[in-house]
Amino acid sequence: MNRRSTELFLTIAGPALLLLVWEVLSRLEVISPFYWPAPSKLWGTAVEMFRDRGLWSDITASLWRIFAGFVIGTVPGVLLGLAMGLWWPVRIFFMPLASAIYAIPKIAILPLVIIAFGIGELSKIMIVAISIFFMIALSTMSGVLAIDDQFHDVATNLGANRWQMIVTVALPGSLPAIFTGMRLALGFALIVIVGTEFLAAKEGIGFVIWQNYQILRIKEMFVGLIITGLMGWAMNLALDVVERYAIPWRSQ
Amino acid sequence: MTLALKHEQMTGHPERGVHVVVRNTDRVFESKQGEVIALSNVNLEAKPGEFLVIVGPSGCGKSTLLRMIAGLDQPTNGSIELLAPEGKHATNSMVFHGRTLFPWLTLRGNVAYGPKMHGVNAAEAYERADELLELVGLRGFERSWPHQISEGMRQRVSLARALATDPDLLLMDEPFGALDEQTRYILQEELLRIWGDSGKTVLFVTHSIEEALMLGDRVLVMTARPGHIAREVSVPFGRPRTLTEIRANPAFAPLFQEIWSTLREEVERGGAFS
Ligand SMILES: Nc1ncnc2c1ncn2[C@@H]1O[C@H](COP(=O)(O)OP(=O)(O)OP(=O)(O)O)[C@@H](O)[C@H]1O
Ligand SMILES: [Mg+2]
Repeated sequence: MNRRSTELFLTIAGPALLLLVWEVLSRLEVISPFYWPAPSKLWGTAVEMFRDRGLWSDITASLWRIFAGFVIGTVPGVLLGLAMGLWWPVRIFFMPLASAIYAIPKIAILPLVIIAFGIGELSKIMIVAISIFFMIALSTMSGVLAIDDQFHDVATNLGANRWQMIVTVALPGSLPAIFTGMRLALGFALIVIVGTEFLAAKEGIGFVIWQNYQILRIKEMFVGLIITGLMGWAMNLALDVVERYAIPWRSQ
Repeated sequence: MTLALKHEQMTGHPERGVHVVVRNTDRVFESKQGEVIALSNVNLEAKPGEFLVIVGPSGCGKSTLLRMIAGLDQPTNGSIELLAPEGKHATNSMVFHGRTLFPWLTLRGNVAYGPKMHGVNAAEAYERADELLELVGLRGFERSWPHQISEGMRQRVSLARALATDPDLLLMDEPFGALDEQTRYILQEELLRIWGDSGKTVLFVTHSIEEALMLGDRVLVMTARPGHIAREVSVPFGRPRTLTEIRANPAFAPLFQEIWSTLREEVERGGAFS
C-alpha cells in the first residue's frame, strides 16, 4: 500500500472501529440499547430529523453563529496581537488581562453577554467572538515575537517604514501562528456555542441535543452529537482550505 | 548580449560609487554580563567604486561594522560617513548573513520588495525583479518560494534583491559562507561580472582569504575583539580575474601568507580569551 491509501485507511479506521464496537456491544445488549442505541439504528432517525424536524436549519443556525463570531473575534484579535507583539508597553498592559480572561470558562460569562447584548442572536455570536478573541491575540503575539530579527533589518535596509514593516513582515510572518490559534479557537467556538444553545436558544445543534435529552429521545440526541462531531471536522477542513490560500509558501 | 545591455541599464555609471569614511569608531554593547567592546577605534576608507574586503576572526565585530555602515546600528563613538558624488543621498543595500529571504514571498516578490518599498508600482517592480533574476541566472524561478530552491540559488536571489534598489554601496556579510566550494567559485565570478564596471562601492566580509584575494581591490584584516584594522593589503591582480589565474600568479602565495599570519595571530589571541 502506498502512503496515500495508508493515510486514507488509517483516517477511516478509527471512527469505523469505534462504531463497530458500539454496534456489537449494543446489539448484544452488553450496554443498554435504549441509552446506547446501535449506530445502524440512528440512520433512519437522522433521515427523519432532516426531513421532518428541520435539523438542517439547526445546523446552519449554529454554523452561522460560529462563523459570524469567528470573524468578529478574529479580526480585532489579530490586530491586538500584532500590537502586543510589536510594542512592549501594549504587551505588558494587556498581558495580565488576557491571561486572566483566557482562564475563565467562557460559558460562565454567558449571563453577562446576555445582559450586554440581549437574549437574541447577537449574544450568541458575541459569546463566540469574546471566547476566541484573546486566544487569537495571544497566538498572533507569539507569532510576531517569533519572527527572526533579521527580517526587520532586511526590511529596514530595503526602505520599509514602520507601517510597511507591519504589513509586509509582522503580518505574513505571524500568519502560521494565527492559523494555529484559529484552529484552537474553532474547537473552543464549537464548545461554547453548544453550551450556549443548551442554555439559551430555540434552535441550533446544542438545542437539539439538550431538548432531546430532556425528553429522553436518546436516538435523536445521538444524532445531534454525531452531527456536532461532523461539524467540527468539516470546519477544520474548511480552515485547511483557507490556510492553503493564505499561506501558500507553507503548502506542498 | 541582451544581458549585457540590461546590466548596463541597471548598474549605471562608473563615477557614482559612494566614498565610505569610518573614523575612530567604537561600538560598545551593554548587556547584563557587563560591557562588550565589539569595535574599538576602527578607521577605514573605501574609495568610490572600490571593492573592499574585510577579514577577521569570528566575533571581532565585522557584522556590527557593516550594520553601522548600513545605518542599522549607531556607533558609540566616532563617525561613519557615506559620501555620494554631487552631494546626492548615498544609498546602500546589504546582503545579510544567513537565510534572510522572506519565506512568505516568491523569488520575484523578494527581489521586488525594495523597489516596492520605495514607491515603485507593482508591475514595474516585478518587471525589474524578473530582469534581475535573469541576471543572476534564475530565469524560470520567478514564482518559486525560497524554501524550494538550493542554498546557492538563495544567495543569488539575495544578491538580486540587494541590487534591485540600485544602491551606490553594496554591503555583503559572508554571502557565500554557507555554500559548497564549487558553487562559491561560480558565484564569486558572477558577482565580479555583475559588479563589473557598475561603479558601485562594495564592502565584502568573508572568512576565506582566497575569496578575499579573488574579489578585492584591497583586503583589511581585523584584530580579535575589540576589533580594529590590523593590516591592509593591496591586491595587485588585474581584472577580470579567474580563480585559476590568481592561484597561478606568483604573488598569490606571499599575499595569502601575509594575511594568514596576521589572522592566525589574532584568532589565537582571541581564542585565549574565550
Ligand atoms: N546586539 C548585541 N548585543 C550585545 N552584544 C552584541 C550584539 N551584537 C553583537 N554583539 C557582540 O559584538 C561582538 C561582535 O559581533 P559581530 O556579530 O559583529 O561579529 P562578527 O565579526 O560578525 O562575527 P562572525 O565572524 O562570527 O560573524 C560579539 O562579541 C557579539 O557577541
Ligand atoms: Mg558576522
